[in-house]
Amino acid sequence: MDKPFDFVEVRVPAKAEYVGVIRLTISGIANRMGFTYDDIEDLKVAISEAVTNAVQHAYHENDEGEVTVGFGLYTNRLEVMVADHGGSFNLQEVKKDIGPYTSDQPIENLREGGFGLFLIDALMDKVEINNKYGVIVIMTKFLHENGVEQSDDQISTTQ
Amino acid sequence: MNLTVNVEKNEKEYVLALSGEIDVYTAPRLKEKLLPLTKEKGTLVKINLEKVGYMDSTGLGVFISALKSTREHGSHLVLTNLPEKVFRLFEITGLNEIIDIEEKVRGGL
Repeated sequence: MDKPFDFVEVRVPAKAEYVGVIRLTISGIANRMGFTYDDIEDLKVAISEAVTNAVQHAYHENDEGEVTVGFGLYTNRLEVMVADHGGSFNLQEVKKDIGPYTSDQPIENLREGGFGLFLIDALMDKVEINNKYGVIVIMTKFLHENGVEQSDDQISTTQ
Repeated sequence: MNLTVNVEKNEKEYVLALSGEIDVYTAPRLKEKLLPLTKEKGTLVKINLEKVGYMDSTGLGVFISALKSTREHGSHLVLTNLPEKVFRLFEITGLNEIIDIEEKVRGGL
């Protein structure tokens, strides 16, 4: 495995109002790496979904915990890890229930919270879930060649 | 990172203009404002999403429960002026097949 050329970690309280903060962070990092506007929008939704799950989990458990998000920046891809340190769920079980809505299903069967994991799966290139220690969702998005190259004038603020 | 909900009432029609972000933080307040309006028989509830800069599955969830409520109470829900990236979520999930979406704008905020 190649090493990330940079790694960024952000830890926020497991509260709804911080999901937007993570969104700003992913937007900044993805922009810095040269992802396209559309890819950045996909990343914002996918990472928000994962953080939302972690926040809601903490809420149901009455857990005043934290959510940790790690960003592994590679030359050809971005890996985002979202970890809640609460309980775990069974991926096979969860995956059985996800999928797009098809018009032969009655709308009474639609679950309000049923699309989060499905969207992560649809918007990212690779999704893995590890539930050995709490739940960790690892999502990968590749930088496509037709993306905007990183240029000198995008590098700033560190001087 | 907030959501403003502006409600206008015409005779048998409510128009909700949303502005800002719909996520896990703002969705509960949107639901609180929207659901009671869908409980009046024969009303049309129109939601203008033109100024929504961000939305995720929590927003889809609010519209799903509003749709269910309209079926239950004999009202009607229409979404209008969806930015491309918001419309995309309805398309990926197949919800554009069941929710009445009037027109979409390209690009958006």
